[in-house]
Formats: sequence, structure tokens, C-alpha cells
Amino acid sequence: MTSPAPSPATGLVGRANFPHRHLLGIASLAPHEIRFLLDEAEQWAILNRTATRKHDDRLAGLTQMNAFFEASTRTLLSFEVAGKRLGADVVNMHASQSSVKKGETLIDTAVTLNSMRADVMVIRHMSSGAVQLIADKVDCPVLNAGDGRHEHPTQALLDALTIRRRKGGHEGLIVTICGDILHSRVARSNMLCLTALGAQVRVCAPPTLMPAAVERYRVTPFSDFNAALDGADVVMMLRLQNERMDGGFIPSAREFSLLYGLTPERLKRAKPDAIVMHPGPMNRGVEILSGVADDPDRSAITEQVEMGVAVRMACLDVLTRGDRGVAGWA
Amino acid sequence: MGMIAIVNGRLCDPAATNLSEGTLLVHGDRIEAVGSVDFPEDAQIIDANGMIVAPGIIDLGVFKTDKPAFHFSGITRAALMPDQSPVLDDPGLVQHAARAGKPDFWVHPLGAATRGLEGKDLAEMALMRTAGARAIATGRTWIADSGVMLRVLRYASALGLTLVIHAEDAGLTANAVATDGETASRLGLPSAPACAEAIAIARDIALAREAGATIHFRMVTTAAGFDLIRAAKAEGLPVTCGVSPSYLFLNDNAVTDFRTFAHLSPPLRDERDRLAAIAAVADGTVDVLCSGHDPRGPEDKRLPFADSTPGIAGAETLLPLALNLVREGKISETRLMALLAANPAAVLGLDAGRLAPGAPADLILIDPDVPWIVDANKMAAAAGNTPFDKLPVQGRARMIMKGGVIR
Repeated sequence: MTSPAPSPATGLVGRANFPHRHLLGIASLAPHEIRFLLDEAEQWAILNRTATRKHDDRLAGLTQMNAFFEASTRTLLSFEVAGKRLGADVVNMHASQSSVKKGETLIDTAVTLNSMRADVMVIRHMSSGAVQLIADKVDCPVLNAGDGRHEHPTQALLDALTIRRRKGGHEGLIVTICGDILHSRVARSNMLCLTALGAQVRVCAPPTLMPAAVERYRVTPFSDFNAALDGADVVMMLRLQNERMDGGFIPSAREFSLLYGLTPERLKRAKPDAIVMHPGPMNRGVEILSGVADDPDRSAITEQVEMGVAVRMACLDVLTRGDRGVAGWA
Repeated sequence: MGMIAIVNGRLCDPAATNLSEGTLLVHGDRIEAVGSVDFPEDAQIIDANGMIVAPGIIDLGVFKTDKPAFHFSGITRAALMPDQSPVLDDPGLVQHAARAGKPDFWVHPLGAATRGLEGKDLAEMALMRTAGARAIATGRTWIADSGVMLRVLRYASALGLTLVIHAEDAGLTANAVATDGETASRLGLPSAPACAEAIAIARDIALAREAGATIHFRMVTTAAGFDLIRAAKAEGLPVTCGVSPSYLFLNDNAVTDFRTFAHLSPPLRDERDRLAAIAAVADGTVDVLCSGHDPRGPEDKRLPFADSTPGIAGAETLLPLALNLVREGKISETRLMALLAANPAAVLGLDAGRLAPGAPADLILIDPDVPWIVDANKMAAAAGNTPFDKLPVQGRARMIMKGGVIR
């Protein structure tokens, strides 16, 4: 067997590039490990865009289980496409929120899935920490597809990849993240990921939707959206959940839109070449106006979806290398 | 009935300022004499071998009657919280709970202040008192309606019953499981500001002043909370408070990695509040050290953090962790036993927690320096949910006497 070549970017060989069993969050990743995953994703972005037959068989014969304890359409589909493009046998489990809310059921479900000999699991759950709890109980690599308000690492990776492709890098970029930061796992993973990659991150939310001690992420908090936009290179809008708009956290959707809606006019405060991102699905007319979302020069929203598949292919590939016996990854 | 003489001990009378050498003589279920005493030749002699002779620990506010754990730590009596299933809001249930530990352990149930602990209708406090309730408690809940709270305080006061209060404004805490701060934010846990405690304490002191009631805050955990207790005491109000070692030796970093064994109610606070809690024990603001013993198995703890049940199996670590305060020079041995025995007895109106002739012979021998390691897998408690797993500690109870009978 030939020994594997070192990574051109890091000089590290094989498993040293990514010595993790699971991908549970960005918090446990070093900057060079994040960059390694982004580099790995590039080849899949190219394959997905150029090849007529977008297929690779490296996961052939492996079973990928997508266990989604919380409703999802886009992320589930993205993981399914990613797995199938790599040749895995992909099965999906949807669990209604009520049936898995209580007691040992979560652990029991994990043990059940484990007994079916999954080779990789992709898990989403509505409680922070739940995916880690399952990962501790199963014998295969686990990918966190979102746990409560805690983390959504593949979303942060796909956002970082999109930014890198549009802007050439991350160092020194001003990235403004606006919306419901408090309840958002996307915001948490992105704050960790983008600050690790050297960007200057601003977070903007009404005070009722801002987490305590958010500045400890080495980000700058704003409640004034206009100020947060000044000179930004990237504007990332978050989805405002419908259940937050009923008066508990903000008075109404239209008032939120007045203060935090991204309009073409407001966007002029950002750099002329600033890009606009949104993890979807969008509430058009609330946090983002169609004129911004559909502007091909500014909006990177469809590219985010595209990069999502590439990033998830990279994560599925890298996490299963050890079990697949890839040289240098045992 | 014969006498028992405990010799060569260092007597720890909570009412004294220092330990003293001497003999303690037990006759029947009472202490007969203390100090330089003569005892009959046929008395049974126990050589304390230099260990501390102290009154048995009275643990104010436990959630389960768990005798093996209590005996391990030298706890001879415990006040049982009304948060049981079913809730202790009925004389029959109170009577049943009071009998559960006898003869070698005494349970003093705390009656629920309101029916079902729902914060609406007054529970039958006088009937529960007759059945054995030593005080009334709000449970691990907050009576949101100030009108109800005032009526509870007035009614309990007229019956001579202390109200044991849980101080957290539920409007602020709602579904929170942690204190606002970096750790909770990073983990994405629902959290509430620490001032939820001070708001609750301030309201209840004002209502107790209005009602002329005696109140005890079971678990005070924040600097602002201790300041309010200090001010109330300076004013001369009959207000006391307690804290458990968890809040003295852990801060909110302990929940990192979603460690549900560190999921407490009230939640762990930041480092500044932790240091304020130690200062409040040292300066006399805190009256009671308690374990908050609440053994919980995997069905309650091996869950996502926010879905897990709060509480720790605290009985076994109560004494060794409290002894840390003595070793660190924060408090004396006699003050320690005031915190662990005399003061909780006073809150509950018990004739206990004293080292004086006529007091019940509830006694323990404490070996204050013996080292051991907390092991969650080998605890005497009904479950091993301790955030202090693998912690090296010092000190444990060596002999327990309940009512003159050695276990």
C-alpha cells in the first residue's frame, strides 16, 4: 500500500487532518480542521456542477441513516442527495416530536438504530446536546444536523465555503449575522466557524433575541441593524421563526421587518460588493425583501444550497474513512 | 437502662466557640452530661480516639428518604420536601412520610403550602402539623400570585409554622435550566438571569414583614440574594437561609458538555456568586448547610440537558465538602455544626442539634481528615447522580447514634 500524500494546505497526513470520530459541532474543531473540510468539499462542488453523472462510489455498501427527530425538508434532502452521490444506501427516519420527547426513548431509539448496523448516522434533534448523547451510545460516526439551539455544523461549513468561493477567503471580512440569534444554532455555529477563520463577526438582533454574554464569542453585538451593516462584506440573514412573532419576543412581524428587514435601500450601507446569505427557508417580506433575495449579483442563497450538498459529501466521506480502511485514516 | 460514655473525643457543641476535650454521657435516649463527668463503672465505653463528637446532622430539605446515604454522611434527621408523588399536601400523606425512617432515622415532613403545590389554594396546614409536619414549604416552585403568598404567610404564621421558600421568579425562569452566561449561551440552553432569585427574595421578605411571618429561604445562591438576607437580618426580621455545597464549590461551568448531574434547581451560578456564597457562610448570613438530596437515575438524567430532572444525590458529600470550609479557615468546627445541626433544628422547631444535658442522644463521631474519593458508581445513595464524581475529599462520619442507639 502506498503511503498517503500530505495535505498541501496543512502538511498533515491522513487522519491527522481530521482526528475526530464525529462531527458534533464547530466548537471542537481547530481552524485547520475546518479548512480541511472546506478543501475536501471543493472537489464535490466541482463534480456536482460539471459532471453529467454526479456519482462516486466510495460509500458503496455503507448504510447512512438520517434520523430526524425534528421536522426538516431542506437539510434532510441535502444529506440524502450527498449520501446517494457517494453511493451509500441512505435510509431516513422521521420521528414525531411527541413520541421521542420523553424518557429513555431517545437512548432506546439510538440503540435500535445502532443495532441495525448503520455505518454513519445523521441526526437532528430539538434539544441542545441530544446528538452528543446519541453519539456516545452508537458505534458509528455521527453527524450533527442540528441540535436545539446548540450547533448546526454543516450549515456553518457550507456558509464558510460559499463565502470563500465568493470572497476568496475569510481573513478580515466583516460578516453581519442578523435575526433571532438567541434561538439559532445556525448563528452559534457560524459565530464559532467564522471567528475561527479570521472574519470579524457582528451579530444583530432585538435585545429580546440576543443570547447573554454573546461577546464572549469574540463577536460584536448590535441592536441597530443600520450600524451593523456599515461596511459589511457579508450579510447573513436568519429565519425568524413564526412562533417568535406572536408578541412574546417581538411585537409583530411587520415591526421586526421595519427594524431588521433587509431592503435594497439598507443594503447600500454594506460594501458595494457585499453578498447576502440566508440559510432558508426565507420569510420574504419579513427578514428579507425579494429585491435582495433575488438579486443575482448580491444573493448567494442558491449557492449556499449547492455548497450544502458538497460540504455534506465531504463530511460523510471524511468521517467514514477510518472504517473504510482508507490509507492513513485507520 | 445502662449508660454509654463517649471518651477521648473532641466535643463539638454548636453553642460553643471552640471544640473542648471531655466525656459525653448518654442515658437512655438523652444526653446525660457533657464535659468533665464521672460515669458509673458499668457504663459502656466508646473510645472516640480524638475524633469529633457532634450532634447528628439535620438535613433541611431533601427530596427522598434515602437512609443508606443519610447514615453514610452522619445525617440523623431530615426534613422531607413536599415535592413528592403525590404531593405532601394532605395529613395522611404527611403522617405516612413521618413514619418512613423510624426508628433509626427521623423524617420531618414539610407540608405543602398550597394544594398540589399549584400556588392557588391553601393546604390544610393545621391538620398537617398535627400529622407531624414541622414546617410548611413552597416546594421547588414559586407561588407567583403575591396575594396567595401573603395569605400563606399569614396563615402559617398564626400556626407558628415557618415557611420554607424556594426563591426563583418563575416569570423570569420559565423553562430555563441554566443561569444566563457564556456557558448557557454556548450550549444553547434556555437560561434566565440570576436576578430571578433576588426578585423573589425581595418580594417574599416584604410579604413576610407584612404578615409577621417567619421564613427560611432553602437555597440562596446569588450575591444579590445574600445582600437582601443580610439587610433583613439587620432589620431584625425572622429570616434565615440555607445553601448546599454545590453552590460553594461549583459554578455554571460545571454544566459544560451537557452534564446533567450538574443540572440543579436553582441552577449553578457564575464565579462571582459562588464566592459570595462562601463569604455569606463565613460571615454568618447563611444559617443552614443542606444537601438537597435528590437521587435520580438514568431515566431522569440520561436525557438531553433541558429534558433532564434537576437535583443531585448530595447527602454523602455534604459533610466532607462542608469540612472544606473548616480546613480553609472560613468557619470553625462548632460553627459548622451550627450550620448542619443546631440551626436547622431551630428552623424546624426541633429539640435537637445540641450537645447539652437533656438533648436527644442523636450523635455522630466525625473523623475530619480521613481521605476518600467520591465514586458515583459506589454510592450508598439510591442513585449516583453527583457532580463531584472522582473528587478526592476528606472527612466522614464514623459512628452514628440515633436516640441513644448505635447503628
